[in-house]
Order: sequence, then C-alpha cells, then structure tokens
Amino acid sequence: MSRPSATTESGPVRWLLIGLAFVALSLFLLLPLAAVFVEALRQGWDVFIKAFSDKAAASAIKLTLLSAAIAVPLNTIFGVAAAWLVTKFRFKGRSFLISLIDLPFAVSPVIAGLVFVLLFGARGWFGPFLQEHDIRIIFALPGIVLATVFVTFPFVARELIPLMESQGSDQEEAAVTLGAGGWQIFWRVTVPNIKWGLLYGILLCNARAMGEFGAVSVVSGHIRGKTNTLPLHVEVLYNEYHFSAAFACAALLALLALVTLGLKTAVEHFTGHTTKGRH
Amino acid sequence: MKTRSLFPLALAALLALPGCSGKKGKLELQNVSYDPTREFYEAVNAAFTKKWAADGKGEIDIVQSHGGSGKQARAVIDGQPADVVTLALAGDIDAIAKKAQLLAEDWQKKLPDNSSPYTSTIVFVVRSGNPKGVKDWPDLVKSDIKVVTPDPKTSGGARWNYLAAWAWAAKEYGGDETKILDYITKVLRNVPVLDSGARAATTTFAQNKIGDVFLSWENEAYLIEKQFPGQTQIVYPSISILAEPPVAVVEKNAAKNGTAEAAKAYLEFLYTDEAQDLAGQNFYRPRKAEILAKYSSKFPSLPLVTVDKDFGGWAAAQKKHFDDGGTFDKAMGAK
Repeated sequence: MSRPSATTESGPVRWLLIGLAFVALSLFLLLPLAAVFVEALRQGWDVFIKAFSDKAAASAIKLTLLSAAIAVPLNTIFGVAAAWLVTKFRFKGRSFLISLIDLPFAVSPVIAGLVFVLLFGARGWFGPFLQEHDIRIIFALPGIVLATVFVTFPFVARELIPLMESQGSDQEEAAVTLGAGGWQIFWRVTVPNIKWGLLYGILLCNARAMGEFGAVSVVSGHIRGKTNTLPLHVEVLYNEYHFSAAFACAALLALLALVTLGLKTAVEHFTGHTTKGRH
Repeated sequence: MKTRSLFPLALAALLALPGCSGKKGKLELQNVSYDPTREFYEAVNAAFTKKWAADGKGEIDIVQSHGGSGKQARAVIDGQPADVVTLALAGDIDAIAKKAQLLAEDWQKKLPDNSSPYTSTIVFVVRSGNPKGVKDWPDLVKSDIKVVTPDPKTSGGARWNYLAAWAWAAKEYGGDETKILDYITKVLRNVPVLDSGARAATTTFAQNKIGDVFLSWENEAYLIEKQFPGQTQIVYPSISILAEPPVAVVEKNAAKNGTAEAAKAYLEFLYTDEAQDLAGQNFYRPRKAEILAKYSSKFPSLPLVTVDKDFGGWAAAQKKHFDDGGTFDKAMGAK
C-alpha cells in the first residue's frame, strides 16, 4: 500500500513553504478577524451588548435573516433543479447553461444591483407599470431579496454539478427499470446521494446571503430601521462614529460566518467518512 | 414533499411584503438627506415628533437615509419614496424636478431664504497644531501637502469645496481660466482618496489619519472636534463660499403616501426658533439673525462668494464644472 511520496522537496524547502502559507494566512485572515473582535469589545461588554438592543440593529438583523430565509430556499430549489438538468440529461446548449449559472460569480455585485434599478427603478423598464400598480421593488424588501438571490444564485448548483456528474445516472436508471416514478427516484435515490453536497452548498449560500453588501447597497435606500441589512448597518454605524457598535455588528456577522464554516467542516468531515465507506 | 410546499410560500411572502411595509395608523415620513446632517436631523426629528403629537396630530415616525447628496438624489429619481429631501445643494433637487418631475421646477421659491433654513461654509481642517502650516488656498498645491476631499460627482460638499477653491483662484488670477484650471489640477494631484460622500471623507481624514488638510463643511469640522477631541483644528481660509443646503417636499411622493401635510409642516418647522437653535447647536449657521447672534463666537464672518452671484446659479455651475466634460473632468484628465 505504500505509495511514492508526491513531493520531492527537501525538508527545509517544505518548512519554508508551510511557514510562508502560515504567515500569509495570519496576515490576511486571522489578524483582521481578531481585530474585529478586539475592536468590538474595546469599550467593554456593555457597549457590545447594547449594540444589538438598539432598534435599528434589531431591525437590520431581522431583515438580514428574512432575506436569507427567502433567498436560500429559492436558490436551493433552483440549484437542485439546475444540477439535475445539466447532469442527468445531455442536450444542446448544456455547457452554455452551466456558464450562465456561473454568471453571478463573474459579475460585480454593484452591476447586479444597478441592473435591478435599471429594470425596476422608477425610471426603469418596468418602472411605469410598477408605479401604476403601486408595487415597490427597489428600495424595499423585494429588491433586497432579488439582489441577494442573484448574488447567491450559483452556490448550490456549483456544489452539486460536479458531485452529480461523478455519480452518473446508473442508480436512477436502475430505479427506472425497477418501476420507480419520477418523484420516487428523486426523493429515494438522488437526494440521499447528494444530501451532504447539498447541505454544504446551502451553508455557503446562506453565509453569502447574510453577508452581501455591494448589490444590496445599491437597491436598499439605506433607511435605518427599515431597509438596512446587517452589513449596511455596520457601514451606517461606522459613518456615525459608533465604532464599537459597528464592530460589534461586524463581529456578529463574522460569528455567523465562523459558525457556517464550523458546520461546513463538520459536513466535510462526515462526507469524507461516507465516501470512504462507499468506495 | 416539503420542497413543493415551500416554493409558493416563499413566493407569496415575496409578493405580500411590499403591501405590509406601511403600517396603518402611524404616519411615516421619509427624509432623504445628505451626509453630515445625521446628528442634526436626529435632534430635529425628536423635537418635531413631540410637537406633532402635542398639536394633536397623532403619532409620526420620521425615517432617515443619508449618503452623498448626488447619490441620494439619484436614488429618489430611481424611485426611493422620499417625502422630503434635505440635500446639500439646489442642483441635486433641480435634478429630481427635471429628470423625474416629482416636484415643481420652482420648488426653491416655496420656502423662505431660497428654501435653505440653515447655511454653512467650507473650511480647512488640519491636524492639531497645524504641523504643515496650512493657512489658505495657495497652500493646497504645495508638494508635501495631502488634501482630503470627496468626489464632486457624487458629493454635494465636494462641489462646494471645488467652487470655493475656484472662487479663490478666480480672484487670484483675475479670471484667467487656464491658470485657474492649472491651480485646480494641482490641488487634485494632492488628493490621495476621493470618497463618495462627505462622511466617508471625514472618516478617511479623522479616523484613518490620511492627509494633512481636509476640505470640509464647517458643521462637519466642528463635529470632528467633538468626536476626536484635541486631534484637529479648524483653519478659516481668506475666502470661502456661502453653502445653502436646501430642503423641499417631494410633492408627488408625499401625495401618494398621504404625507403632504406632515411633510410641509416638517420643513416649516425647520424655520422655527426651536429648530434654528438645534441648527446652531449642530454647527449649522441659523438663518434667523437673533439665533445666529447667539452662536456668533462659533461662526466667524469671512468673505463668502455665492453660487448665484459668482457662478450664475446651480444650473450653470453644474453644467460648466461637474457635468461630463466639465472643468472637473478636464482637471482630472490633466492630473
């Protein structure tokens, strides 16, 4: 079972590379993360806790959770459907569709926001129609949700496509020959096979949905207590010289991210075991 | 079948939400303002809410949005449902009137004093002790000076800064535009960061400690002294500009939101002794002479040019200096 070592570098070189990676990691990731928490607690726990009892902060947290609660399920459904389509079927324009799914990764979030203003703004393409019917999209919750959905669009699909590609459709075909219906195959064969990848995708999607700044900033209107999400609220607090409160909210966001990453690692750990078990 | 039942639910939530955004019974007034007015309007809103209730008009909730003045005007044009706008300069409200027809083009005649209940001017903020010895406009082009100012394309304050600098140079060079433009170009060459709004520029200068001199609203300059005591001081240049931040009811929005009466009362409230005093407390120059006199120690008088007299009004100033291909673009190009 002993394989030849994949690396041929000598010891010192290896340690140098590891050291460099460690320094870079500390400088670009750990240090800023630590700074957020230090700055947040600079004026003590009282100020830290008070930052969240503020009405505007509470509403920002609520809005962030609400928009994630709408955007993530929508993108989960879409991601599963898209991954199913492009991996289980072969059709013309399939690779084009895959590139299209990646579009939100390639487009700057600011552009994503501005596109919605262009479409649904008062002077946008659908502006007159929306105004006539008194439907508000931009500078209100629907706009924020739309921007979030757009930005987090690819996460679930991107996670599932390689996974489902590698699994092929043998098991589904076997199920068909055994007389299973479409939904039955989906719930009893496909879903159990992809559940960990799916969870991983949902977690990443959720992390980004709660943290998105650029696209949401363009369509939000920045009304405190109404259309500020948590990342926007951090900016407002910072601009109003409430540095500790700003960093307290930033710490909450960072904490959410850390929890997500923790869950992600747990999922990875678990998946590692299941795949090992299967092969 | 969990997924199947979730989808229509999410869709319904998405569609139902715009309808429930305005709670009934409590009047809500949206004030879209520019950057340095945060503290001032916080005080005004508390006072007005109290007065509105005392007058037996019921409960009113005033919500605020702040940002670079040009950016805020753009948002209102794009459909932000502001009932009143309180921006940094008349040109931005003109843009709302012209591009979106949300209020009459003669809006500035509807309230006293050009619809500007308070004024301000542009001053220099330097580090404590003025280590680089910045005293007046010519100092800004020195090679060892870093100047912080926001971007005139998005910030109202920055446009006042720009015109104030232009006014000094116009006087100095007898109106020779080549020389004026050369001066402006040299100033811009000393600008390390162009933030999108006045408040972001303040943070750049005061919190992040970038630059030697910050071209700032007078009120923002005092606010920095309050927030960062002992770190900065104000220098009054030999000449500056009378900044008149105007206010207006966004008539069409207010009519639609049923807030026309409250919006009008809110803006008229700004001219009362109580609000004028709040303006003085928040370092704006009150329009009422008696109240201004109370704060005279804070607001030294200095020669001030005006947009109407020296630049032919905002429409002309905007076109010549800040529209695409204007003098600002030329100076940035030459930089």
